[in-house]
Amino acid sequence: MKKDLLGIADLSSDEIYRVLDTAVAMREIGERPIKKVPTLRGKTVVNLFYEPSTRTRTSFEIAEKRLSADTLNIAVAASSVLKGETLADTAMNIEAMAPDMIVLRHASSGACHLLARICRSKIINAGDGMHEHPTQALLDAFTIRQHKRRIDGLKVAIIGDLLHSRVLRSNVLLLTKLGADVWVSGPPTLVPPGIERLGVRVTTSVDEAVADADVIMMLRIQQERMQGAFFPSLREYYNVFGLTEERVGRARGDVIIMHPGPMNRGVEIASEVADGPYSVILEQVANGVAVRMAVLYLLAGEVEAD
Amino acid sequence: MARRLLRGGHVVDPVNGRNGVFDVLVENGRIARVGRDLPRDAADDVVDIPSGLLVCPGLIDMHVHLREPGQEHKETVATGAAAAAAGGFTAVACMPNTSPVNDNAGVTAYILQKAAAANLVRVYPIGAVSRGQQGEQLADIAELKQAGCVAVTDDGRPVATALLMRRALEYTRMFEMPVIEHCEEQTLKTDGVAHEGFQAATLGLRGIPGEAESIMALRDISLAELTGGTVHIAHMSARQTLDAVRYGKGRGARVTCEVTPHHFVLTDEMLAAPVAYDTNVKMNPPLRETADRDAMLQGIADGSVDVIATDHAPHHYDEKQVEFDHAPFGITGLETAVSLCFDRLVHPGVVTVSRLIELLSVNPARVLRVPGGSLSEGAPADVSILAPDLAVTVSAAQMRSKSKNTPFDGWRLRGGVAATIVGGRIVYKNPEFEDFRI
Repeated sequence: MKKDLLGIADLSSDEIYRVLDTAVAMREIGERPIKKVPTLRGKTVVNLFYEPSTRTRTSFEIAEKRLSADTLNIAVAASSVLKGETLADTAMNIEAMAPDMIVLRHASSGACHLLARICRSKIINAGDGMHEHPTQALLDAFTIRQHKRRIDGLKVAIIGDLLHSRVLRSNVLLLTKLGADVWVSGPPTLVPPGIERLGVRVTTSVDEAVADADVIMMLRIQQERMQGAFFPSLREYYNVFGLTEERVGRARGDVIIMHPGPMNRGVEIASEVADGPYSVILEQVANGVAVRMAVLYLLAGEVEAD
Repeated sequence: MARRLLRGGHVVDPVNGRNGVFDVLVENGRIARVGRDLPRDAADDVVDIPSGLLVCPGLIDMHVHLREPGQEHKETVATGAAAAAAGGFTAVACMPNTSPVNDNAGVTAYILQKAAAANLVRVYPIGAVSRGQQGEQLADIAELKQAGCVAVTDDGRPVATALLMRRALEYTRMFEMPVIEHCEEQTLKTDGVAHEGFQAATLGLRGIPGEAESIMALRDISLAELTGGTVHIAHMSARQTLDAVRYGKGRGARVTCEVTPHHFVLTDEMLAAPVAYDTNVKMNPPLRETADRDAMLQGIADGSVDVIATDHAPHHYDEKQVEFDHAPFGITGLETAVSLCFDRLVHPGVVTVSRLIELLSVNPARVLRVPGGSLSEGAPADVSILAPDLAVTVSAAQMRSKSKNTPFDGWRLRGGVAATIVGGRIVYKNPEFEDFRI
């Protein structure tokens, strides 16, 4: 693998499978009574989070601890981003203390690219603006593979706010690389221009997107987007794009329903669907730890090779 | 030297229909005579122009940000003037979005005083359309004109409302001054940072559609028709805007336009590679897609575009070493423009050298109604000596500008500047030309 994990765009399908295969072994570690291996003993990992995050930060921290890395969390309040120290200065100060890896979550697309240019530490992108969230896409792929044993040839429908979603971009890149038939659906105001050039089918009809789907992946509607007048109301959004049991009925009988969280119940997804038998939402969270362990392990392996 | 003979150079002077080997006699800062085989003994000093160099009317960059007063950490009038001289420009027109804004005679006089102290190239201040560039009340435009401003603009943003633009176009008619417009419908731009298209979509950058520019251009062209005023569309980037300008010209509206080198050379693919999220490709208007870049080249070739101007926008490296979202818009341009014009316009055959001189000298002089643009007898001896075949490797570190924010660092280009002469005085000579004694 390269020095950093900045996005799925930089990974070959072989590298993706390597992460997914490694995560199988990592998942087994989490099922032991003593959930800890010495793999990253003596390595220092900094979790540098410029955006609030419960799931992703906790998941990384547990993954790091299970691998015996020394780990610390730095949470920078959004309000201090513009008036305080610059990202580059913060990074160089952390760098001066010689960590091995920095896990970065930041509200600006490309923030991790800036860090990768100025740091010797390995950078793992834990979500940058509207750009990518590569470990989310990897854990989603792991979860799909667990249930379907393959990704090639599956019909995957991704529905919601496509424009602002880094989860969408990483998943589209990953799933198309591995040969899935990817459909995306959302209000035309929330479709990134030219997205069909990434090899996906775009439709405003949720019914068409979910018809005979093997996987349905819902994206969070960020309620603050209402300010931009992207759609008239949450009520109307739910009526047109919300995933109801009736819509799930159009998919294949063994469909799985995914959501990267946090969910807005009754906005993009009906509670009955989120809690239904086909929902794998909590499995995604569990798999996140294993997949992040795999990423940390594989990137650290390159440290050893140096 | 009271009388200096520039001997044996290839003169390109479209206004006087000259395009061949001529001698140019300069006397007391003015062009005294242009002709073949002028007598050597008519001059106190004879400069033999090496073969292959072009002797042209001084280039005029009608869109630069010199940042003084108020942002001297980015650029000063003196460093900007030095950059202009090194870039082959004998005159620049500087934008009013300084701090304080150039909306009164005091700021104009301050800029002119700094320019006189630098004593390099001519500096023409451009005043604000509205007081404080706030878009509410007209600035004292007669006072600005009297103090030396050659045009008005709220550049950095558009003239806020159609009514204010109407008033500005009407009011400036009595001075025959153009209103220079930064076309941008701000409710469409919102918080965009890059051209709205495939590149911004995949990189997760908020987009600015070309229509944010063309809608405002159409507003202003319509108002120019209504009022008989003169509007100059600054830094045109979108193909839709070029269509708007052609429409306006076809109807006889008094509209002219400019294009920057970066908009006819680069596209939004630079956002992804060679350096992803390079803040030195963040400018406003943004780099657009290939169809837009090609439209700019077409407009330059067919005469729809009047002027090439750089929108030289220096920023300190601290300001650019940040997240793409937070970086200021703009790149420097004065010291790369000539090389880019030769390499991308003249050598590939998009335009002739003569047409290039119209774009860089004749037309900016006409739009701003300032002296220059020709080597006519009696005109100020502002002369750019250009080297169309010079092999240039762009080096940001060696630039005269105080700021180094250029996406062209390290580029190898064919074409450059040999010397710059203002009022008969040499203000820049390229050290590459060792045998060129001037």
